[in-house]
Amino acid sequence: MNIEQLIKMANQIGEFFFAYPDAEQAKLDIVSHIKRFWALSMRKQIVEYVTEEQGTALQPLVVDAIKENVAVLA
Amino acid sequence: MDTQKDYGTPAIKSDKQVTLQIDGAQVTVPAGSSIMHAAMVAGISVPKLCATDSLDPFGSCRLCLVEIDGRRGYPASCTTPVDEGLKVHTQSAKLADIRRGVMELYISDHPLDCLTCSANGDCELQDMAGAVGLREVRYGYEGENHLKAEKDTSNPYFTFDPSKCIVCSRCVRACEETQGTFALTIQGRGFESKVAAGITDFMDSECVSCGACVQACPTATLMEKSVIQHGQPEHSVTTTCAYCGVGCSFNAEMKGEELVRMVPNKDGGANHGHSCVKGRFAWGYATHKDRITTPMIRKNITDPWQEASWEEAIGYAASEITRIQGKYGRESVGAITSSRCTNEEVYVIQKLVRAVFGSNNVDTCARVCHSPTGYGLKQTLGESAGTQTFDSVMKSDVIMVIGANPTDGHPVFGSQMKRRLREGAKLIVADPRAIDLVSSPHVKANHHLKLRPGTNVALISALAHVVVTEGLVKEDFVKARCEWDSFVLWRDFVAKPENSPEVLQEDIGVKAEDIRAAARLFATGGNAAIYYGLGVTEHSQGSTMVMGIANLAMATGNIGREGVGVNPLRGQNNVQGSCDMGSMPHEFTGYRHVSDDAARALFETAWGRPLSKEPGLRIPNMLDAAIEGGFKALYCNGEDIAQSDPNTQHVTHALESMECVIVQDLFLNETAMYAHVFLPGASFLEKTGTFTNAERRISPVRRVMSPKNGFEDWEITAKLSAALGYPMHYNSASDILDEIAALTPTFKGVSFKKLDELGSVQWPCNDDHPEGTPTMHIDEFVRGKGKFFITQYVPTTEKVNAKYPLILTTGRILSQYNVGAQTRRTDNVAWHPEDQVEIHPHDAEDRGIKEGDWVGINSRAGETVLRAKITERVQPGVIYTTFHHPESGANVITTDNSDWATNCPEFKVTAVQVTRVSQLSGWQKNYQEFSEEQISFAYNPLHEARVE
Repeated sequence: MNIEQLIKMANQIGEFFFAYPDAEQAKLDIVSHIKRFWALSMRKQIVEYVTEEQGTALQPLVVDAIKENVAVLA
Repeated sequence: MDTQKDYGTPAIKSDKQVTLQIDGAQVTVPAGSSIMHAAMVAGISVPKLCATDSLDPFGSCRLCLVEIDGRRGYPASCTTPVDEGLKVHTQSAKLADIRRGVMELYISDHPLDCLTCSANGDCELQDMAGAVGLREVRYGYEGENHLKAEKDTSNPYFTFDPSKCIVCSRCVRACEETQGTFALTIQGRGFESKVAAGITDFMDSECVSCGACVQACPTATLMEKSVIQHGQPEHSVTTTCAYCGVGCSFNAEMKGEELVRMVPNKDGGANHGHSCVKGRFAWGYATHKDRITTPMIRKNITDPWQEASWEEAIGYAASEITRIQGKYGRESVGAITSSRCTNEEVYVIQKLVRAVFGSNNVDTCARVCHSPTGYGLKQTLGESAGTQTFDSVMKSDVIMVIGANPTDGHPVFGSQMKRRLREGAKLIVADPRAIDLVSSPHVKANHHLKLRPGTNVALISALAHVVVTEGLVKEDFVKARCEWDSFVLWRDFVAKPENSPEVLQEDIGVKAEDIRAAARLFATGGNAAIYYGLGVTEHSQGSTMVMGIANLAMATGNIGREGVGVNPLRGQNNVQGSCDMGSMPHEFTGYRHVSDDAARALFETAWGRPLSKEPGLRIPNMLDAAIEGGFKALYCNGEDIAQSDPNTQHVTHALESMECVIVQDLFLNETAMYAHVFLPGASFLEKTGTFTNAERRISPVRRVMSPKNGFEDWEITAKLSAALGYPMHYNSASDILDEIAALTPTFKGVSFKKLDELGSVQWPCNDDHPEGTPTMHIDEFVRGKGKFFITQYVPTTEKVNAKYPLILTTGRILSQYNVGAQTRRTDNVAWHPEDQVEIHPHDAEDRGIKEGDWVGINSRAGETVLRAKITERVQPGVIYTTFHHPESGANVITTDNSDWATNCPEFKVTAVQVTRVSQLSGWQKNYQEFSEEQISFAYNPLHEARVE
């Protein structure tokens, strides 16, 4: 899938959970949402984007969430 | 009560019972009942003409007079209430004399053409003439009369013949009381009095062709043209309408296999005998000449279609799926189901994908409408469904309608809501556009929050801010029923100054004082209910808004009883059902996630195949993956993504990128123009199954005629499955529903037998609720405690700027349905022959645009051209159009922005510019050429084999 689209989707998910005061919980919620609703192929792509291209177009909290949960997502 | 009988006046609900004697028989009825009603309960018919039990008593025909011991005169039984110990006589020599006299006067100005009259056999006037023993009419026709009054045939579906009118006012009252349109009136007095619709005729009037007047008419004055053409029906089958999410019950009145008319069913739990122009009249598409009834195949979309036998077509489709999966992998194939299909059809398709394709790449058209409802309500309340019955609205004191247009989109429920509003309930409308409810006869919104498209979440947070900061939270309810920690987080969030109406009013475009007043009314006005539609869900924050709505309902204690609740108005007839049936890529039936080991094991055992625990691709993911080269085959059943989904050029590019597109439909729809296999589908009149409406009501769909294509749709899916090596072994749709019930806790008690017994049932229907669950979350939420979510307003990235200074928002119109595939093939086009763009007079003047001009609409996604309609219904800066006609290309301009949680498209916000033009857009020209060629391929197919 188009990585630009996945980046946009991941950032949107992040924006919803950014509103929560507990950043650690927000990261877990971001990961949980992606895990529950994205196909494996999409998850692999976004993980690859973060691990190999540093996820530069992603919000920092989303990058951290993905980085810290690579095993869960892909 | 036998609801097929006409009791003359409505049933009254009362705790007090009254016993009286009628013609010597003792009868007990609720206090407030009419004597006429009590007589019918006792099995005694009182002659009547102006009375019918769907309307309030009127007392004009003077035929239902009775005698009451100890009372003077001859009171009308329809308007006289029962009283304890009354002794009533419905028959006497004097009464017979009066009634004959009344009838004689009626008949003296009525054509005596009974034998050739279209109502012959179904005429109350004829029946009453017989009942009162009329034997002569002494007055003759020499005097002035109405016999030559001109017939109004302007409405495509019914005629109005004033020569047969007895001015009983039933039609006028039905238009007022049942429909709430007030289009009809009695004009003139005495002999001059006549029923009038508008200044000239019905088509020129405010009439919405709901059919209530036709239904109420006791003579042939208002008569269906189909009955005039075919005569009276000889049998009737109860089934469910295939249009909107109200799910009206109808009696399909038949002559053999020919449908004569659809009559709304008095027993219908959702509609109580009412209907709209679509369900009542717009069923002719089922026999339209455009129906394709023979399968077709082709190698490339540039090839003409080749007719094929079912075996050939199914075999070809199966071989292509096998070839493609062999070459590109298991995940390269998927399916899309439709909310226009029955529960049973949707179920077998998702089973095909999961058990046979071996993936979870199945999605449904709810993706592009109510997927945020499923997500948002599951998160907050624990169940992906509305909380109430439609009837609940009759106990509401405050009704908030957000992003919905019930009188157009859900007309029968819209009428019920208007009835409650006429009784005095308060109304808050939050909509960028002035929908009919804002101001229509005897209904006026107390608050119209005319917000800017895309600011829903700001509005709901501002409303919540007022509730929280002004001490209007129902803390007892919250403490007892909700997760306190989540409430505190939410409370502290919405209480922040940045969520106050004063701060957000600039974004929302509604004055802070109006927001405050609406919030106060909602929180303190008694039973408050929220009704919402696609104006809530089809946004980049659609899911956030659904959660915001649930937050507000919980915080004000407006959930868990009649009169309140969160009520998503579902667009298509089976949106709720198709979602219930596991047609989304992440969940099985009953909303159980595919990663849930216990649920998956249950299905693996039942289906005998290993199942994937990974969510599959959603529709937009499938399309993106197709363009990227990873998704190669699609089985699309009853859905038309090339017209209904956003960014048309992106959708058609994706379809062109696939190697095999299989479309199962009634017609060569827009998606079928990109298909390689066409499997003809069956209409709702030709199949058996169930639909589930917006109030979770499961209603039977019954076959009234043989499928023109030869098979019901589930049979076709089962054939495809068998060709792929997995025979499904069902003998009927009933078998499928039994399997659904066995695998789905909320459907455990549902069966065709139960539906035959109860008529319909609202899920959950199981051991705890054997007759269903009208109101949900009464003692506790499905998830246990209700959960509040923070709803941070995030403005859409679809911004207006100098190049695209206006916002386009899209919607529907009463006479047309969704992509119009059905309604465009009926006489409903008389009301809406083309999509137009509504533009405010100021914006039109700035651009030199006049009424009816062709205007180009440009967005970041594309361009199309529509005719302008200048109206103050839309606010300055906002334009509005519908998407019922494919050549309009409304979705050529919508973008692929979508909801953060569900990918539901942001149909409601597209930045555009509008200019006056003189020719069609480039897309429209190309479309015209392409569609003409495709239509020629389909309707002049080859008969010899060319596909190898």
